[in-house]
Amino acid sequence: MGASGVQTPDPAERARELTDAATTGDRRALARLLTAIENRSAVAEAALRRLYPMAGAAHLVGITGAPGAGKSTLVAALIAEARKAGRSVGVVAVDPSSPITGGALLGDRVRMQAYASDRDVFIRSMASRGHAGGLASTSAAAASVLDACGFDLVLLETVGTGQSEVEVAAAADTTVVLEAPEMGDEIQAIKAGLLEVADIVVVNKGDRPGAQRTASQLRAMLVAVARVGAADRAHHGPAGSTVAGSGAAGSVAAGSEVVDRAASPAPAPDPRPRPKQPEVLVTTATTGGGIPELLASLDRHRAAGRDSSVAAARLARAEAQVWAILEDRMRAELSGPERRAGTEAVLRAVADHELDPFAAVDRLLGSLRG
Amino acid sequence: MTDRPIKVLIAKPGLDGHDRGAKVLARGLRDEGFEVVYTGLRQTPEMVATAALQEDVDVVGLSILSGAHMTLVPRICALLTAEGLDDVMVVVGGIIPDDDAAELREAGVSGIFGPGTTIAEVAGYLRANARPRA
Repeated sequence: MGASGVQTPDPAERARELTDAATTGDRRALARLLTAIENRSAVAEAALRRLYPMAGAAHLVGITGAPGAGKSTLVAALIAEARKAGRSVGVVAVDPSSPITGGALLGDRVRMQAYASDRDVFIRSMASRGHAGGLASTSAAAASVLDACGFDLVLLETVGTGQSEVEVAAAADTTVVLEAPEMGDEIQAIKAGLLEVADIVVVNKGDRPGAQRTASQLRAMLVAVARVGAADRAHHGPAGSTVAGSGAAGSVAAGSEVVDRAASPAPAPDPRPRPKQPEVLVTTATTGGGIPELLASLDRHRAAGRDSSVAAARLARAEAQVWAILEDRMRAELSGPERRAGTEAVLRAVADHELDPFAAVDRLLGSLRG
Repeated sequence: MTDRPIKVLIAKPGLDGHDRGAKVLARGLRDEGFEVVYTGLRQTPEMVATAALQEDVDVVGLSILSGAHMTLVPRICALLTAEGLDDVMVVVGGIIPDDDAAELREAGVSGIFGPGTTIAEVAGYLRANARPRA
C-alpha cells in the first residue's frame, strides 16, 4: 500500500471525485468505488463516510441458500420483475475465493446477462477473499454504495455456505432463504441455521416433483415451531399481563402460496427474540413462475416491518458494522508500529502457556488505554 | 493483503458454442490466483463492455473459435474505449490466423494466444503485463 505513490492523489480527494460522479449516475465511477471497497483502500473509508448519509432509501434484500438451489437464477428473475415495475436494481453477488490460491471463479453473471444496455441494472461480482466476516464487511459496504447511488432494490447474493447466511441477515432488510425440492426432511426445518434467519422462504424449482410437498412440510414445521414458541412465551410471561392482540398481521392472502401467520394474541413482552414466522413461497425462477408473488411478498415484508423487523434489522446492521470497524481499528492499533512488539510478546506468552488468553486481552486493552 | 488479485473477465462473444477452452482457462486462472468473472456463451460486444465496466476488471479475455474475431474484437475494443476503459488490457484466445494479428493489435489487443498455449503461459503473461487496480 502506498509504495507506488507516483502521482497518487489524496484519498479524500479521490473519494470525493468518485462519490460525486457515482451518485450522479457515472457507472464507471461506481465500479471504481466498489473496487476500492473490495481492496479496503484508504479511498474506501473516506467514500463510505461521504455516502453513508445518502444511503438508507433502498430495500436491501439478501438471497441465500445452498449451492445449486438457484440463487443466481432467482436474482435474474427478480431483476426482470422489478424492471417491469420501473424499479432500478443493484446486485452484489459473492462467490468464494480459494483459500489456497486466493483466486476465485465468479460465475453469477452467466444467468444475469439480459441487461447489458439497461443503465438501471448494475451487477457486481465479488470474491469473498477469505475474510472470516467477508460478507459483513465488504459486500454490505458495497450494497450501501449501491443504495446511496439511488438503486431502489439492492440484492445481495451470498456464497451460500457456512455462516454467510447469518451475515446476510445482518446486512439486509429482508432475508430470503432458498430451498430446492427434496433437499431434506422436516428435521432440517427445525435445525438452527438457514431457516432461522429467513423472512421469506422460497422453494425454487417449483416444476420439479416434490416442490409443493417440500413447501407444505416447511410451512407445517414453521407454524408448529412458531406456535410452540408463542405458547412457551405466554407460559413464561409475567402473570396477569394484558393480552393485547397485536392485531396479528394475520394471513396476508396472496394465493395459496402464503402461509397463515399464527394469529395467536401477543403475550406479554418476552426478552427473548421472537422467532420469525416466514412466508413460504414456491417459485420456478427459470420461467418466472411465482416471481411476481415473491416481489409482492418482499414489498409486504418491508412495509409491514418498517417499524419493527426492518428497524431491528437496521439496528443489527449498524451494530455489526460498528463492531467490525472497532475490531479492525483495535487490531490495527495493536499491530501498528508503536505496539507491535508488545502485542507479539503477549501472543508468544500465550502460545507458551505463560499467560492465559484472558489475561492477555486484559493486558492488550490496558496498552490501548495507556 | 498487499498482493491484490488481478481481476479477469473471460467472455465468449459471437455464436460458436465451443466453450470448453474458456471454461478450462477460467478455472485454471482461478487456480493461479486470479479473480475470474466468467460470463459464458454468446455474448454481444455490448454485454462484454458492460460486464467489464461494472466488474471493473483489469483484463478482458475473449475466446473466439468462429472466425468472427475481425468483426467482434475491434467492436469490443471500440466500446471499451467509449466507456473510458482504455486502460483495460484485452487478450484474445482461440483460432486466430497469424495474418490477422497485426490488425488486432492495431485495434487494441495486447496478447493473442493460439491452440496449445498453456494456462501457465497465459498466467505468466498477465502477471507480467496487467496491473491490478488500486
